[in-house]
Amino acid sequence: MKIIDKEYSVIYDQATNTVYWSGIMRLNGGQAYEPILQLLNKIAALEPAKITMNLRDLKALNSSGISMLGRFIFSIDRKKNIQLLLLGAKAVPWQQKWAKNFQRLMPALQFEWV
Amino acid sequence: MVKIFGEFNDKELKSREFIKLIFSPSSVPLQQRWRNNSLSADFLADYLMTLFHQDENDPKRLEKQIEIKDTISYIANELLENAMKFNDDSSPYPISIQLHLYDDRLSLCISNSIPAAKVAQFQSFINKLLSTEPQDFYIQQIETAEKDGSISSGLGLLTIIDDYGAKLGWKFENLQLLNEPNYPLYYIKNQMKWLNFWFRVRKWFVARSKNPNITIVTTMVQLAI
Repeated sequence: MKIIDKEYSVIYDQATNTVYWSGIMRLNGGQAYEPILQLLNKIAALEPAKITMNLRDLKALNSSGISMLGRFIFSIDRKKNIQLLLLGAKAVPWQQKWAKNFQRLMPALQFEWV
Repeated sequence: MVKIFGEFNDKELKSREFIKLIFSPSSVPLQQRWRNNSLSADFLADYLMTLFHQDENDPKRLEKQIEIKDTISYIANELLENAMKFNDDSSPYPISIQLHLYDDRLSLCISNSIPAAKVAQFQSFINKLLSTEPQDFYIQQIETAEKDGSISSGLGLLTIIDDYGAKLGWKFENLQLLNEPNYPLYYIKNQMKWLNFWFRVRKWFVARSKNPNITIVTTMVQLAI
C-alpha cells in the first residue's frame, strides 16, 4: 500500500508495520487528504499490535494535513488495541510543535526523536 | 466602513525591509494553481533569510535560521491557502501578501476579497478563535472533524496563534465605501450641477449593482524573532 506523488510519498511497509512519509505535503484541504486517510485506516483495519509512523523525511505539512493526521491519531486512541509510535526529527521544526497536540489527542502516543 | 478584530495596526507597516507579492485575479481553476501557494510561501521565507541580520558568534544561529524559515514558510502558506480558497473571484481586486521585517519582529499581511454573505460567518469564527483557549479549540475542531467527517477544520489560523506564538488581527473594509465615501453627498455640497450630479449618482449605483458588496479582508500576523 502506497501513495506516491511528485512532491510527496506515503509508503506502508507491512513487514515492519511502518508508514514512511516524505517530501512536502500541502494538499488542497481535507478532501485532498482522503486517499491518505483511507490508506491509514486500511492499515488500522489490519489491527497490528503496533503502527510506526516515520515522519522524519516529511519536510512540510499544511494544517489540513495536520488535521488529517490528528483525526487518524484520535481514531487509533479510541480503538485502544493498537500502539502508535511517531518517529520525528528535531531538524524539522513543525514536528516538535505538533507533538504536544498529537499527545493530547492520544495520551498513550509514543515518540522517538533524532 | 472599517472593522478591526484582534491586534491589527497599519502603522506597523513602516519597516526596515519588506517584500510584497500581488496575484492577479485568475481564470485558471484553483486546483491547477494550488502549488503556487507553497512556492510563494517558500520564496518569501527564503528571501527573508538573505535580509536577516544575525550574530555570527551565536552557536544556535543555524538552528534559529531553520526555525524562522520554517515558520515563515508555514504561516505564509496557510495565509495564501485561505486567501485563495475564500477569495471572491468576481472581485476585480488582486490578492496580495506582504512580509515586513523589523529589528525584533516581523509581520505578514494578506488581503483578499470576500462576498458580503460570508462576512458574518468569518467574523463569528474570528470571535470564537480569539475567545476560546487555543488547546480546547484545537481538540474540539479535531473531534468534530472526526465525528461528522467535516472537511474544513479551520486549524490554520489556530496553529499560527498556538504553535507559533503569533498575534493575529483583521481589518474588514467595504469596497464601495472604500472607494467613494458619501459620494452623492459630496456632489450636492460641492458642485450643485444637477445634471452632472445625476449622472454621477447613476454611475455610482450602476457600479454598485455590478459589484455588489465586496469586502476586502486583510489578515495581519505579527511574530517576535
